Amino acid sequence: MTTTETEPAPTLLRVRDLRTTFDTPRGTVVAVDGVSLDVDRGETVGIVGESGSGKTVLSRSALGLVTARHATVTGSVRLEGEELVGRSPREMRRIWGVKAAMVFQDPMTALNATMRVGDQITESLRHHLDMGRREARATAVALLRSVGIPEPERRVRAYPHQLSGGMRQRVTIAIALACGPRLLVADEPTTALDVTIQKQILDLLDHQRRERAMGMVLITHDLGVVAGRTDRVAVMYAGRIVEHGPTRALFHERRHHYTDGLLRCIPRLSNPGHTRLQAVPGRPPDLVDLPPGCPFAPRCPAAQDRCREETPTLTDAGDGHQHACFFPVGTPEGEEALARNRRRDRTAEVAV
Amino acid sequence: MAALQPLDDVVGDATGTAEGAPADGATAAGTTAARTGRRPRGRRLGVAFWLAVAWLVLVLLAALTAEWLPLADPYLPDVSAKLEGPSAEHPLGADGLGRDQLSRLVHGARVSVTVSLSAVGIGMLVGGVLGTAVGYLRGLFETVVMAVVDVMLAFPSLVLLLAVLAYVGRSLTVISLLIGVLSIPVYTRVARANTLAVAQREFVLAAHTLGATRRRILFREIVPNVVLPVLAFGLVAMGVVIVLEGSLAVLGLSVPPPEPTWGDMIATSKTHLDDAPHAALIPSAAMFLTVLSLNFVGDTLRRRLDVKDAGL
Amino acid sequence: MPLVLRRAVALVVTLLVVSFLTFGLTSLLPGDPAVQILGAEAATEENVAAVREELRLDDPLLARYVHWLGDAVTGDLGRSYRTNQPVAEAIAERLPVTLEIGLLALAIALAVAVPLGTFSAFRAGGLADRVITSTTFGVLAVPSFMMAILLILVFAETLRWLPATGWTRLTDDPVENLRGALLPALSLAMGELAVYTRLLRSDMITTLQQDSITMARAKGLPTWRILFRHALRPSSFSLMTVVGVQIGTIVGGAVIVETLFAVPGVGRLLVDSISQRDLMMVQGVALVIAASVVVVNFAVDLLYSLLDPRIRHGRAATAR
Repeated sequence: MTTTETEPAPTLLRVRDLRTTFDTPRGTVVAVDGVSLDVDRGETVGIVGESGSGKTVLSRSALGLVTARHATVTGSVRLEGEELVGRSPREMRRIWGVKAAMVFQDPMTALNATMRVGDQITESLRHHLDMGRREARATAVALLRSVGIPEPERRVRAYPHQLSGGMRQRVTIAIALACGPRLLVADEPTTALDVTIQKQILDLLDHQRRERAMGMVLITHDLGVVAGRTDRVAVMYAGRIVEHGPTRALFHERRHHYTDGLLRCIPRLSNPGHTRLQAVPGRPPDLVDLPPGCPFAPRCPAAQDRCREETPTLTDAGDGHQHACFFPVGTPEGEEALARNRRRDRTAEVAV
Repeated sequence: MAALQPLDDVVGDATGTAEGAPADGATAAGTTAARTGRRPRGRRLGVAFWLAVAWLVLVLLAALTAEWLPLADPYLPDVSAKLEGPSAEHPLGADGLGRDQLSRLVHGARVSVTVSLSAVGIGMLVGGVLGTAVGYLRGLFETVVMAVVDVMLAFPSLVLLLAVLAYVGRSLTVISLLIGVLSIPVYTRVARANTLAVAQREFVLAAHTLGATRRRILFREIVPNVVLPVLAFGLVAMGVVIVLEGSLAVLGLSVPPPEPTWGDMIATSKTHLDDAPHAALIPSAAMFLTVLSLNFVGDTLRRRLDVKDAGL
Repeated sequence: MPLVLRRAVALVVTLLVVSFLTFGLTSLLPGDPAVQILGAEAATEENVAAVREELRLDDPLLARYVHWLGDAVTGDLGRSYRTNQPVAEAIAERLPVTLEIGLLALAIALAVAVPLGTFSAFRAGGLADRVITSTTFGVLAVPSFMMAILLILVFAETLRWLPATGWTRLTDDPVENLRGALLPALSLAMGELAVYTRLLRSDMITTLQQDSITMARAKGLPTWRILFRHALRPSSFSLMTVVGVQIGTIVGGAVIVETLFAVPGVGRLLVDSISQRDLMMVQGVALVIAASVVVVNFAVDLLYSLLDPRIRHGRAATAR
C-alpha cells in the first residue's frame, strides 16, 4: 500500500491524519476526524458512506477547496510528494485542474448555466496551458469526443441545459481531464443520473483512468458502484474511516459491523419473494455532540460496554485490510458479542 | 420622485449588517457553505438595535410632549439671533428668522410622527386586508384588484399628490391621508405575496384537509403569518414617508409655515448654506437618525419574523 | 410569441388608463384655462366663452379625452395654456436634460456598485465587508434632497469645486455642462449605489456558495475571472430588474433634484405647470412620464430573457 519515503514516491496521494473542523454556533463540528489514505497511480480507491459521513468534506479538504470562514483543516496531504495543507490559494491554483481535478455530483449545478459548454473547457486550457483560441477549441472538441459525446463540433456551442443529464456529466469529466491531471476525484458522479446512464459514466471514468494512468478517488454512498470498479475501498462513518482494504477482501470478509450492515441492505435477486428489506437501524450521529467511544455503537448490533467507553482505532488484520472495531464480524469475539446482545435482547438488528 | 415603494428586500437583505444584527441561526455542519455574517451571538438583539429603539422612543415622546416641554417658542422670530450657531440661549442654534432650532426640531417631530404613523397605518390596514383577501381568495377578484394596483403603481403619483394638494389645500390631515391612500397598492402587493407564500405551506393545506372553513384558516393560520412581515415592512415604510414629507417641503408643498416640519427646516436652510450650515445639518441629522433607526429596527424584525427566515 | 403580444396589449391598456385618469384628474383642478390664456384683462365673458368654445372645454369629459388622445397619437400634445408653446416641443427641450442627469447617475451608481458589491461578497464577513455594508445601510437613510444639500455644502460652498445651481447646455459647453450635471447626478447616484451594492452582494454571496463556483476554483482559474466571468452574471438578475425599473423612472424621477439645483428638466416642468394650472402641459408631461415607465418595463422584461439563456431557449429557469 505505501512505499518508503526514500524512493521516488509512486504514491500519488498520501493523506495522513486529515482533520477538518467547523466552528458553528452550536459547537465545533468535527467533519473529518483523522483520516489517512493512500492512492497510487493507476488505481481507484472508493470511499463509501452515508450522507453526513464526511466523505464530501474529506475530498474537498484534501484538495484545499474548503473555503468556509470558520473551518480549520489540519494534517498532511501530499500530492506527488508536494504538501497541500496550508497552501495559499494562489499556490493551489497551480495544482487545481492541472495536477488534481474534481468531478462533481450534479452537473446541472456544477456547470455554469450561463456559459457555453465549450467555453467552460477552453478557459481551463487557455489559462493553464496557454493555448490560443483555435487550438483550445480544437482540443475541446477532441475532449468531448473522447468522453463519448456525439457531434462534438456542434455540442461545443451548447449551453448545459440543452444537454441531457448524462451528457452534462460527460462534459464535467471532459473539463476535469482537460489539462491532464494525475489525480481525479469523483464525488458521487452518478448519483444525479439515471441508472442506465450510471454504468456508462462509470465505464468512461474507468477507461480514462487507465488510458491516462491516473489515480482516482470514487466517492459514493452506493456499494454497487464500488463493487466492480475499485481496487480498494474505505468505509466512512461520522468522519472516520472504520474499515479499509482491498475491495474483494472487504466485500467477502467484512470486519466492521457498519460495513456488514451496508452490505445486508442490498436486496438480492436470489432472495425469495417478500424477503424483508433490511436497514441499518438508527440515524447518523450529531457531529457536534459525539458520545465517547465508537461512533457507531448506538446502532451496532454487537456493541458492548467497552465500545461505549473506548474508541477503536484502525488495526491491520495483516493483509492490508484494516478495521476499527473491538468485536469484528466473523471473529469469535464478534460472534460472542452478538450472542450476548441477543440474549439480552439488545440487538437492534432486523432478523434475517 | 422616488416611488412610494420602500426598498423592501433590499434594505437589509444581506446578512452581516451593522454590529449587533444577528445572523440567522445554526446552519448545518459538514458543508462547505461560507458563513456570511459574523458568528451570531444567539438570539440576542445587539446594542445597536436598542439604541435605535431608544431614539425612536425619544422622537415619539418629543412628538407627544412637545407642548409641555420647557422649550422656547418655535414660532417666535428673533431677528437678532438670526442664523446664530449653537449657544446657551439656542442650544441648537437659530434659523433664518431667528427661531430656536431645538424647539422647532422637537415640535417638528409631531409632523413627522403623525404623517408617518397615519399614512402607514392607512396603507397597512387597507392594503394589508385587501392583499391578504386577494392572495387567499384568488380568482377574478384577484385579477381585477391586482390590475387596479398595477395601474395605480404606474401612475405618476407625484401628479396626483400635487394636483390634490393644489385643489384641496395643504394640511397635515390631507397630506397624511393622501400618502396613506397612495401607499395602499404597495401593501396590497406585499400582503398578497406573503399570503400566497403562506397559503401554500403544509400547515394550511393540513388545516384545509382537516375540514377547517376558509374563514378559520384565514384568521388562524394565514393572518398571523402575514401580519408580522407586513408590520416590519411598515416600520421601514414609515421612514419613506418621513422622507416624502421632506421632498414635499422642497417643492413647497408640505404643511404650510409657520408650522415647523423637519422637511421645511431642511428645505429653507438651503439658502443659508454658506453662513449657517447648522441650519441644514441639524434637522438633517434628526431625520437621518430617525429613518436609519426605522430601517434598522424594521429590518431586524423582518429578518427575525419572516416566514422563510424563521426556518419553518 | 404570445407572451410578448400580451405584454404589448397590457402596455397600451395601461397607457390609456393612466392618461385618462390624469385627464380626469387635471380637469378637476380649479381655475379656468380660458381665463389663463386670455389673461385677466382680456377675460371678458364673451371672450372666455369663445375660447372655451374653441378649445371645446364645455364638451363632456370623455369626448375631450378622445379628441386629445387622437391628437396625442400623432404627436400633437396641444399647446401650453400659459405660453402657447407646443407641449411636445417644451418636453423635447427638457427631456435631454433629465435624461442626462438620470443616465449619468445610473452610470456612476453601477460603476461603483458592481466592483464594490462583488468585493464585499467575496470578502463576506471580513472587516472591509462590514464597513461597506454598514456604510451603505447608512446611505440608504439619506434621501436625495438631503444628499443634494450635503453635496452642495461640501462641494459648492466649502470647496467651491462645483456650481450649486444653473445649467449649461451640452452643446454650448460640454465641460461646464458636466460640472453642472455632476452634483445633481451624484445626489441621485448615492442612494442608487447603496441599493445596488447591497443587492449584488446578497445575490453574489448566494452564488459563491454554489457548486459551479467550487468547480471553477477546482479548475484553478484566477479569482477575478471566477468573480466577474462566472459569478457576476448569475448574480445580476435582481440587480438588473431593479436597474430596469430605475431606468423607467428616470424621466419623472428627478423632480426634487431638478428643483434644488434649478435645472430645466422634465420633472420641474411638471411641478411648475401644475402650480400654474397649465393643464395641457400637465397632461402631456404626465403622459410622457407614464409612457416611459411602462415602455421601459416592457423592454426590460425582454432584455431579461436575453440575459438568461435558459429563458431564451424556452426552458423554465432551474436550480434557483
